[in-house]
Amino acid sequence: MNQSDRPDLVQTKLNTMTVHNLFLRRFKVVMVLSAMFSMIVLMSFAINTNRPFSDPEKVKKDSVASVKAFMEVYKVLMSARCLNCHPAGDIPLQGDDSHLHTMFPQRGKDGHGVYAMKCNNCHQPTNAPGLNTPPGNPKWALPPADMKMVFEGRTPRQLAQQIMDYKRNGHKTRAQLIEHARDTLVKAGWNMGEGRKPPPLTYPEFVEVWDTWINTGGYAPGNNAVPKK
Amino acid sequence: MINLNINNKNYELEVDPDTPLLWVLRDTIQLVGTKYGCGVAQCGACVVHLNGEAVRSCVTKASRAVGQKVVTIEGLSENNDHPLQKAWTELDVPQCGYCQSGQIMSAAVLLRENKNPTDQDIYNAMEGNICRCGTYLRIQNAIKLAAEMQRNESK
Repeated sequence: MNQSDRPDLVQTKLNTMTVHNLFLRRFKVVMVLSAMFSMIVLMSFAINTNRPFSDPEKVKKDSVASVKAFMEVYKVLMSARCLNCHPAGDIPLQGDDSHLHTMFPQRGKDGHGVYAMKCNNCHQPTNAPGLNTPPGNPKWALPPADMKMVFEGRTPRQLAQQIMDYKRNGHKTRAQLIEHARDTLVKAGWNMGEGRKPPPLTYPEFVEVWDTWINTGGYAPGNNAVPKK
Repeated sequence: MINLNINNKNYELEVDPDTPLLWVLRDTIQLVGTKYGCGVAQCGACVVHLNGEAVRSCVTKASRAVGQKVVTIEGLSENNDHPLQKAWTELDVPQCGYCQSGQIMSAAVLLRENKNPTDQDIYNAMEGNICRCGTYLRIQNAIKLAAEMQRNESK
């Protein structure tokens, strides 16, 4: 007797196949949903690490005010007091004309120099007395070799984008960027000892435009933006 | 009154804490191997070790050295037998000699951190030490010789 002669067996087999197909279909749906959920989780992490501004309460987006504030910030960052320690090469710059630092000290891996030529060997915790003597700060250093945070040669747009990019700004969040303007090494730019021109804005003016720029969204100026003198 | 540890010896000194370390060494303790060159950290004649780093003692306040370890050229070795001192003698490096203690103290940091320095490593380490007599080539050769001696000693 073959199978076709046993309708009950055929029915049982059909039932088994239907259950099997149903299970497979449900399994596929669960797998697809799991994959989609994992992607969403992964993407949210990726977005968080790329965007330091995860505290939307403090950000009141205003691209016009933001760009206007950054153009003032840019003047300070491109002044010798900030620029000289954010060079394009691995030797710091020096003086109001941003020439290569005499003695050609090297950045080193951690930004603190190499061998007998480490920044703190000459740059003391405080300014040395006298005209054009080494200015001082306990944190004196260049940015490290793996995150050079170059200012030299950057356009306003490039510099704004760089500072807002968590992967290129020393891994700083919005709050850490705001805090950075209060850092003693940043403040030292307005207390560089005799013979050095301070940045074009006062320190309180700088903090104000810095905060405004970030708290209005940290927008980057257009490609052709040029700071007003 | 400040307490300083210099060449493994403790000193209680009646000096203004803002006095440059150089003058404490030379005038107060009479360790005159460290030289005054420019007074503004530009020449390297005054280099001493502060916790092993080659600081310029002319701009380093004595207060920065409190509780730290200072080593001068007089304390670099027990019997003037640091590989650099031996190499310096062997190659007759100094001419007038004024800058040489600073040169050796800077080179000692290089050799501690790099047992086999290249020419570029030597330039990078020694750019801040000026020699008016122009003994740079002999200094470079002596550093290489000292590095070789150091490597042989550690075998």
